Amino acid sequence: MKNIDSKGHVTGKSIYLDDIPTIQGTLYGVVFGSPVAHGHIDAVDYSKALAMPGVIRIITHKDIPGENQIGGIIPDEPLFATNEVHFQGQPIALIIAESDHLASEARKCIELKISEKEIIVDPRVAQQKGELIQPPRTFALGDTEKAWAKCVHVFQGKADTNGQEHLYIETQGAYAVPMENGNIRISSSTQGPTAVQRTTAWVLGVGMHKIEVDVVRLGGGFGGKEDQATPWAVMAALGAQLLNKPIKVVLNRMDDMRMTGKRHPYSSDYKIGLSEDLKIIAYEATFFQNAGAAADLSPAVMERTLFHATNAYFVPNVQVTAYSCKTNLPPNTAFRGFGGPQGMFVIESALAHAAHELNVPTYVLQKKNLLKNGDEFPYGQIAADVGLQHIWSDMESKFDIQAVEKRIRAFNANHSDQKKGFSLMPVTFGISFTKTPMNQARALVHIYSDGSVGVSTGAVEMGQGVNTKMLQIAAQMFSLDPERVKLESTNTTRVANTSPSAASATSDLNGKALQKACNALLERLKQSAADHFGVSPGDIELKNEQVYSQGKATSMSWNQLVDMAFLQRICLTENGHYATPIINFDKTKEKGHPFAYHVHGLALTEVSIDCIRGVYEFDAVKIVHDFGKTMNPSVDIGQIEGGLVQGIGWMTMEELNYDNQGRLRSNSLSAYKIPDIYSVPKEVLIEALETDGNDMAILKSKAVGEPPLMYGIGAYFAIENAIRAFNPSFISTFDAPFTHEKVLLALYNHYGILENSKTGIRSSLSGNADVRIAQ
Amino acid sequence: MIEFILNDRKIRTDKPSGLPLLDFIRYEQSLTGTKIGCREGDCGACNVLVGHLQDGQMKYLPITSCLTPIGNVQGKQVVTVEGLNMEDLSPVQQYMVDEAGTQCGFCTVGFIVSLTGYCLSHSTPDYKAAIAAIDGNICRCTGYKSIERAARHITNALAGKDTRETVDWLVERKFIPPYFKEIPNMLQTIGAENGGQKNGVLVGGGTDLYVQKHDQLLDREVDLVANHPNWRFITIKNGVCTLGGATTVTDVQESDALQTLFPRLTQHLKLVASSPIRNISTLAGNFVNASPIGDLTAFFLALNAKIELTEDDKSRTIFLKDFYKGYKDLDKTKGENITAISFIIPPANSHFNLEKVSKRIHLDIASVNTAAQIIVESGVIADAHISAGGVGPTPIYLKDTCAFLMGKPLTPELIRAAIDVLQSEISPISDVRGSENYKRLLLRQLFYAHFIKLFPNQISLEVLA
Ligand SMILES: Cc1cc2nc3c(=O)[nH]c(=O)nc-3n(C[C@H](O)[C@H](O)[C@H](O)COP(=O)(O)OP(=O)(O)OC[C@H]3O[C@@H](n4cnc5c(N)ncnc54)[C@H](O)[C@@H]3O)c2cc1C
Ligand code: FES
Ligand code: FES
Repeated sequence: MKNIDSKGHVTGKSIYLDDIPTIQGTLYGVVFGSPVAHGHIDAVDYSKALAMPGVIRIITHKDIPGENQIGGIIPDEPLFATNEVHFQGQPIALIIAESDHLASEARKCIELKISEKEIIVDPRVAQQKGELIQPPRTFALGDTEKAWAKCVHVFQGKADTNGQEHLYIETQGAYAVPMENGNIRISSSTQGPTAVQRTTAWVLGVGMHKIEVDVVRLGGGFGGKEDQATPWAVMAALGAQLLNKPIKVVLNRMDDMRMTGKRHPYSSDYKIGLSEDLKIIAYEATFFQNAGAAADLSPAVMERTLFHATNAYFVPNVQVTAYSCKTNLPPNTAFRGFGGPQGMFVIESALAHAAHELNVPTYVLQKKNLLKNGDEFPYGQIAADVGLQHIWSDMESKFDIQAVEKRIRAFNANHSDQKKGFSLMPVTFGISFTKTPMNQARALVHIYSDGSVGVSTGAVEMGQGVNTKMLQIAAQMFSLDPERVKLESTNTTRVANTSPSAASATSDLNGKALQKACNALLERLKQSAADHFGVSPGDIELKNEQVYSQGKATSMSWNQLVDMAFLQRICLTENGHYATPIINFDKTKEKGHPFAYHVHGLALTEVSIDCIRGVYEFDAVKIVHDFGKTMNPSVDIGQIEGGLVQGIGWMTMEELNYDNQGRLRSNSLSAYKIPDIYSVPKEVLIEALETDGNDMAILKSKAVGEPPLMYGIGAYFAIENAIRAFNPSFISTFDAPFTHEKVLLALYNHYGILENSKTGIRSSLSGNADVRIAQ
Repeated sequence: MIEFILNDRKIRTDKPSGLPLLDFIRYEQSLTGTKIGCREGDCGACNVLVGHLQDGQMKYLPITSCLTPIGNVQGKQVVTVEGLNMEDLSPVQQYMVDEAGTQCGFCTVGFIVSLTGYCLSHSTPDYKAAIAAIDGNICRCTGYKSIERAARHITNALAGKDTRETVDWLVERKFIPPYFKEIPNMLQTIGAENGGQKNGVLVGGGTDLYVQKHDQLLDREVDLVANHPNWRFITIKNGVCTLGGATTVTDVQESDALQTLFPRLTQHLKLVASSPIRNISTLAGNFVNASPIGDLTAFFLALNAKIELTEDDKSRTIFLKDFYKGYKDLDKTKGENITAISFIIPPANSHFNLEKVSKRIHLDIASVNTAAQIIVESGVIADAHISAGGVGPTPIYLKDTCAFLMGKPLTPELIRAAIDVLQSEISPISDVRGSENYKRLLLRQLFYAHFIKLFPNQISLEVLA
């Protein structure tokens, strides 16, 4: 089944936040943010701004009736700054005017006196100064201390990844409408309607029952609207409460990029030890996560870095430690992969480092150390349903790794100004929220008396196709024409206390809750039919909107059955609740069984570098992926392709650039580049692993949202591989993204021509002269 | 009063001519299919088609509505997705659905509009042209592969397209609604001149102005270059090629005469912005914006072009290289406009090349660009004009480097030796487009690239290295 929204999308009829018809009298809010990254606010003069025509009010921390607090995990982030500002763009006030334009004009007239303070942008500096969001955490297995003695080869180094802007094409926004009795209805472009509801209630000083949050769909989220959609919604609601008027707050692109957090940059140290026969004996890593100025989701992101520190490999002795470091950047947040990719990049760097020194292809080390069933993860879970060996042999048989290697070698021997390279990137990604209590969901199903069906869940549709999957489940279970099932908007009054749509687990959690609701309804309907036909419920089946009894079609249709049940006063509404079984995690021991299951896969990436200009293109990415039994190939393939390209973007052209004042320089689409149609791999081939699927996954169809992003990490190592074909003396820096700039500098770092030039400049690998935050 | 056709409806509005078309469509007309992704021309979510009569046929071009002042569509037809919808999905829409070319959907309308623009073009269907038509559309969800598959199907469905009576052909096959056939008649009732005021800011395509200061223009009347039809032409006479200041990049790209002069023209201009931007951005706009990385500026500097500056009825002509006095400091009075650009047609033995490298190869501002026009006679460099952008406060004509090369035999040693001169006449700074070191190294490489590309028998990377 194709995405049920696609018809609306191609005709422009799908409704996004800014398309909701505005109510007369609607006012518009624009956020006034801090111009500096760290400082003390000495004085703010709003008088000129307030005197501008059309300006209605300027709301600050002083106007908050409840708590000036939006921190989700740790209460460390005010909605509006009070005396101190901690990052550039930190909201200080909301200007409300008759139009967006007037509010923006007024913003230019606000006079702010601020004493600047010392800023930190480097997580390692923050850690040295003791600026931590929370105490560090360590996951350990075996005993690395003792294990080093047993290692024949030991390598250590540093590996950094820069952050990543989500760049959902629809910017952040919310529209709050005051209702009677002080109730407020908020339309929000959020992945977490409950977070918006809870936080709004807290700030407004009212109960959650007064706040209704409704989400139709998002124009992209990728984690960027999990927690960070909240402040704008709260501000709109606060305005609505104070002025009793509908308030719309939609960020323009530059405000969005400047004010919101991104994928966390990480700087990390690794040490890896191997045996004579190249088995990994020990692995240690220290991760310095650049959390930004407040916790946001950083503690959870940091935790997932630890969970995925050993990626798809078995390592008997592991010690990995992570610091969540407080800096003067906007609070960094969830982004597809949620810390996992950052952890994986480090062990992949360690392996690439070892392989280079040992003069073997990296894939030999990767293959030798793949996880097997029964292996223990550093967090105590025992690997099951792994299939990595199977995936690897599929890759060999379908895409012939050795032939690719030979072909590339031959090409490189014959070309002096173009070089090719390749890499393999295995991925093992755990599915579940690592915070166990979040692994619950509810679904509300109405069968209307005419036989049509309405489904509400806690899942938010943002392009990942979750609504399509939900509709498939309901239509399949009732054996109904999908046209007769409607997926309702996600609304906190229909489904309460939801987890955000995140962690790739949305379809599993909400789908299982939906199955439960449908099952309960089916049971009641079957009982009613069984009573009618004088058989037992087990004899009743529903097929194509017809009732079957003991295998034979009856004269009773679905509609008639529903009608009969209604007249018999049988409840045609059900609320299904699902909580993932088995999973648990004990933080005091850092051990447990946190994941319902893992998703595995392998990507082979091929790249060509133009050695004159230092630019590159990807010839092909070939993937063997463990879908389980995919319930929607079209949606799932789309997730793989989209995730892969997003991962490649992170590893190649997407470069966040803050100056040493903590100001974002890559603050627009002209300065921050994401892949366009010309920069994606020419060929993307995806093979599904043959498997029975996993019962913990919805209809045995494994989660697919996040894992493919990490295939993109292969892009980095493929580029390295190609550079080395041109410049054998190239020394790896493991510093993603591999921009055109870094490639050119890497190609020529030993040439020395520039040193001879009159200007006396030297080429170096340092990248931009200013502080680059990943380091 | 501004008059135009919005889909199938005639619009008469007294909105200021500087109001972005996007705001008019979404907020005045409540046609919310057209989306806002960036308001800086860089995502394509706001793309619409603009159609006008040319030689009796409708010609449709996709443009970014966020950067287009509404005055610029006077006398034209604007097509949004609402104007493409029919009872059933068009093949463009259907293939995007079938191939799952849409996920969150926020970018999708832009793709539908651009791909329909591709269908409406009067050229033979070609997959590469389909992809080129969406070179200004950014999608964060799909990774584009599904969109590529849809583009293939669409191209196949266009097999046998009538490239003259294109609209009729497409209407018959339900690519577009029947009302499209009525548009030429409707357009005849509307004049091309609009009420833009001569005293406002002069706007060409708006692709620089509206990125920088759309907030200062949206409630103003502006002076539109479109009101000076005599500023848009390309002529070749007496060995001189002259282009009007309001000539768009697409005009240049589509000019047969220029394509003959510069065989690699299409490849070169493909590196400039995206097609919806090229469709509206003017040469004079590129020069006056004075951005150090203006690609067209680099191009014309290497042709040693001259510009004609006109104020009222007074005109003067200067070399483009003398136009730039310092950072955003131009040899131009406030009232002077660029009415024409001219260059001497390079002789047959001249070689021309443009190089550009940016973070992303397409739809990106250069880290460094350079163009070169070189004549070699009996192995000796007889003439050289080389420009460079991104390596100083203005676009640079590399006069010392050119002088150094002149009269010397073309050898790898000469080119290597020229690097010292080259490095001494540039002053790049570290910024978001790259570090100083990088820009120096990159310009060296692109300088090499000119010679490797133009003289492959004498020069290669190996002999230079
Ligand atoms: C997404 C995007 C990508 C881009 N990519 C590139 C790129 O790759 N390479 C590149 O070089 N540029 C690029 N640009 C910049 C821009 O498109 C060009 O500089 C373009 O040529 C500007 O022309 P315009 O007509 O749109 O200028 P406008 O914005 O209309 O005007 C720019 C300036 O020129 C003045 N002006 C306009 N016409 C005249 C005239 N006839 N006489 C005197 N003054 C005049 C205006 O008053 C204004 O000051 C890009 C822009 C965008 C939005
Ligand atoms: S809104 Fe992005 S190009 Fe116009
Ligand atoms: S489908 Fe989401 S941006 Fe293209």
